[in-house]
Amino acid sequence: MKPEFVFYLLVFPGLLFTSVLGLLIGWVDRKVTARFTYRVGPPLFQNFNDFFKLLGKETIIVKEGVHSLFIVAPFIAFGVMVLISAIIGTALFYQYDLGADIIVVMYLLMIYSVMIILGGASTGNVYSSVGAGREIKLLLADELAFILICLVPIIKSGYQIKLDSILMAQVTNGAFIGSFSGLIAFIIGILCIQAKMALTPFSIPEAETELVEGPLMEYSGPPLAFWKLNQLMMYVAFPFLLILLFWGGFELIGIGILWAVLKYLSIVVLMIIIKNTNPRIRIDTALHFFWKIATPLAFIAIILAVFGY
Amino acid sequence: MGWYNKRLAKSIWVFHMSASPCNNCDIEILDLLTPKYDIERLGIKLVGSVRHADVILLSGVINQKVAPRVKKIYEQAAKPCFVVGVGTCPSGGCCFNDSYNIVEKREDVIPIDMYIPGCPPKPEAMIEGVAKLIGVLNG
Repeated sequence: MKPEFVFYLLVFPGLLFTSVLGLLIGWVDRKVTARFTYRVGPPLFQNFNDFFKLLGKETIIVKEGVHSLFIVAPFIAFGVMVLISAIIGTALFYQYDLGADIIVVMYLLMIYSVMIILGGASTGNVYSSVGAGREIKLLLADELAFILICLVPIIKSGYQIKLDSILMAQVTNGAFIGSFSGLIAFIIGILCIQAKMALTPFSIPEAETELVEGPLMEYSGPPLAFWKLNQLMMYVAFPFLLILLFWGGFELIGIGILWAVLKYLSIVVLMIIIKNTNPRIRIDTALHFFWKIATPLAFIAIILAVFGY
Repeated sequence: MGWYNKRLAKSIWVFHMSASPCNNCDIEILDLLTPKYDIERLGIKLVGSVRHADVILLSGVINQKVAPRVKKIYEQAAKPCFVVGVGTCPSGGCCFNDSYNIVEKREDVIPIDMYIPGCPPKPEAMIEGVAKLIGVLNG
């Protein structure tokens, strides 16, 4: 293992960068949401204050339930998020392969969902258990469509599964979003991400009004702080993944930095707009949407990609 | 602890506990979240679970039926957790003071740190009360 790997994992595209950017983007989320309802919104460092405040609070461990799983789940999920962001970030910023490909990213994303399910179900609380059950159903709904849209860049880059090879194919041939299949896959990708992050049209597991944050309900103190941080780190990892797979990555020289920021912010703001203009749908509606609309469209995108469109 | 208290003062998550109120204070508490007052600009957020709460907003006289539940909910909260009594009811009982069903000693059920009197208190008064709590935390 090379010494740069530690830097990649802990500082630049990994832990520190993703956490700080995630907490700042969390502010953008709250601010845009506030402007949507004609409010002022929180100050810039609000999420940092929330995080450090939660670190100092008491951790209550529920008497009934699996204690070890309850404590360990948020930290494993945090480690998974750090790994995902490091893998995506090194491919995106250094065009360098950390020894992992797109299949590993898919697996790690699934481990994250499994950790939410285990953490929620380990408390024995009814609301948490219902939230964990809904998370399973949502995972079943969005996973197939997500895997299918991940196949589109693989096919279009000439059956490469390395993230840096996919990026290089786009640098030489133009971004995949310019093609017909890439555009369909990108749109479905945004909706899948919305479901994976449990944002509002698909915020079924964490329905605040009925399930009071679902799987996170019994968490307090540092574990809750890390759950909140994980959710905000997804605001970094998922848009980066979409940019890497479909939108040609970043070109960090001169005016390219501005384009990079604009690309990233446009995806994030699009997600926030979808979140704020849609009501939460029922679980059967979500299943119907993903299985009967999104997945066939993703299949069409794959067929188009195979024929080169 | 000064640094931590400043973080706490900037990010107060509020849990709203109704201990047999007449619902008037509850409506006024919800006013705080509306665009006119927008308490989120002070970092205050309404949370649904008491495990996440830093401040419990208690409204209503505590009658004998809810008293054990109020006590249980307070014990479930992660400390440090402050209790703010909203309205005249938690402090003086208001017009329900001589009722047969309210508990005699409210301080035995739940330790209330601060009172915001009024029947119901205006949202401005509640914001002032929260600002005083923030001032105490900041030292």
